[in-house]
Amino acid sequence: MNITRSMIMGRRIFKTGLTNFARNAWLGVAAMAVMVITLTIILFSIIANATFSNTIQQFTDKIDVSVYLKDSVSVSSRDKLITQIKNLDNVRDVTFISKDQALAAYKKQNENDASLQQAISQTDNPLPATIQIKPRDPNKIESIKQFLEKKEITILQSDKTSYSGDRKDAIDKITSATSFFKKAGIAGIIIFAFISMLIIFNTIQMAIFNRRDELTIMRLLGASTNFIRGPFIVESILYGVVSGILSIVIIKTIFTVSARAFEASSLGILDIKYSSNYFSSRFLMFLGLQLGVGILIGAVSSIIATRRYLKFKTSK
Amino acid sequence: MILLDRVTKTYNKNGQALERISLHVEPKEFVIIVGPSGAGKSTLLKLLTREEKPTTGKIIVGGIDYETLKDKEIPLLRRKIGVVFQDFKLLPNKTVFENVAFALEIVGMGNKEIHHTVPRVLDIVGLKGKEKRMPRELSGGERQRVAIARAIVRQPRILIADEPTGNLDPKHAWDVIRVLEKINRFGTTVILTTHNQEIVNKLKRRVITMQDGQIVSDRANAEYRS
Repeated sequence: MNITRSMIMGRRIFKTGLTNFARNAWLGVAAMAVMVITLTIILFSIIANATFSNTIQQFTDKIDVSVYLKDSVSVSSRDKLITQIKNLDNVRDVTFISKDQALAAYKKQNENDASLQQAISQTDNPLPATIQIKPRDPNKIESIKQFLEKKEITILQSDKTSYSGDRKDAIDKITSATSFFKKAGIAGIIIFAFISMLIIFNTIQMAIFNRRDELTIMRLLGASTNFIRGPFIVESILYGVVSGILSIVIIKTIFTVSARAFEASSLGILDIKYSSNYFSSRFLMFLGLQLGVGILIGAVSSIIATRRYLKFKTSK
Repeated sequence: MILLDRVTKTYNKNGQALERISLHVEPKEFVIIVGPSGAGKSTLLKLLTREEKPTTGKIIVGGIDYETLKDKEIPLLRRKIGVVFQDFKLLPNKTVFENVAFALEIVGMGNKEIHHTVPRVLDIVGLKGKEKRMPRELSGGERQRVAIARAIVRQPRILIADEPTGNLDPKHAWDVIRVLEKINRFGTTVILTTHNQEIVNKLKRRVITMQDGQIVSDRANAEYRS
């Protein structure tokens, strides 16, 4: 078959598919509705996953171990301690906060509370110098803890070491919730993808049934399998395209509305502002993804739906 | 042009439809197949268009051996054979022109060529001026002629007409037969099945009589009494 003829055939297949799509619009509504749900769930899961990961990262960054030093600790033993801590396995970063810096920070923090301001200005600086340790992995601070609980080190400390343990509990909870949502998301995607394939499958079978006389005639007149099948595949690919666009519109609308509703921008652990930015900055990629998945679901289910019908008789 | 060698077709439930049929048809021949209902005429035609596969035996049409024919090649085979069906098998939502053009569209002919070819063929079957009619607006004979136009528009070397006069009154039946004769004169091999004694006897062509899945007689210039 030469190129001109292939082009003529391609154009005819596309045109017929488009006509059938318009003619079957009502039949296709169910197929498109469930496909929109599927695609929306997919996109929502991806964005939610990214948002949760971001939230966890933010919380993790806030975890630290604070070592409070007695005022009597000399500069040399202080530096020695810092070096020792830096050499520990699970330490990402060590910051030293002097008494003056601690005071300045405290003043800034409580700038609106006159009584607290007064309380410190009346006496000498009561705040201890602090060594802040950021662990590489907040779940494995045992090694740091062991080191700090050595006797020669505890005598340098003015107060007990702070491990921000309450924060760690919160992080553990978010982490396990995230992994649950991730699993639920994947299960949801699989289930809905399957359902939408079944419904498209049915829609195409119904369309085939409605046009069975025409298809029989086409077969008898010598139409090739691809020429008969093509319009059905075009039709279901169009379902995919429409559904992909609709799902993007839905997600976009949700962000627009929620951004207006929750000016505070953070709703518990779901950081809407972050989600919204994540979506906007990757808009084209997501549009491509939605169209791609929609087209794939449409094409695969219509290929399966038409395959059985278009077989030639093989029984002797 | 057509060669059947000891062809047998057995259906699972209904038993033997064709039993050791051997048949040879020369190019440009006009062959009439007669016989009562259930004699196996339609089964024979369905084997020729590869709607059915023979249980045993060899079929060669236009040099193509059906045994080695792949599924992918079946459409190409069917494009070489024009078929006129007893029930016309026209598309009810398409005009006369579109019905005939359809046969050319599915093989990828350009629109310009289609618009050039279809009117000429409609002229041959005597339907000039009725291009825009819908099938339901036509008489039985006219519909059958649309079906013939569609079957010959690709200039097939073989034309198979299965009871094309079955649903027609005598006048329209003869219109259809005249068209078939005309096409045969242009060089197309014609295979015609019919019940109509008068047509058989007036045509004076080769007549093959079938009964109970077998060929009981095969004579040139034959007459037919049921």
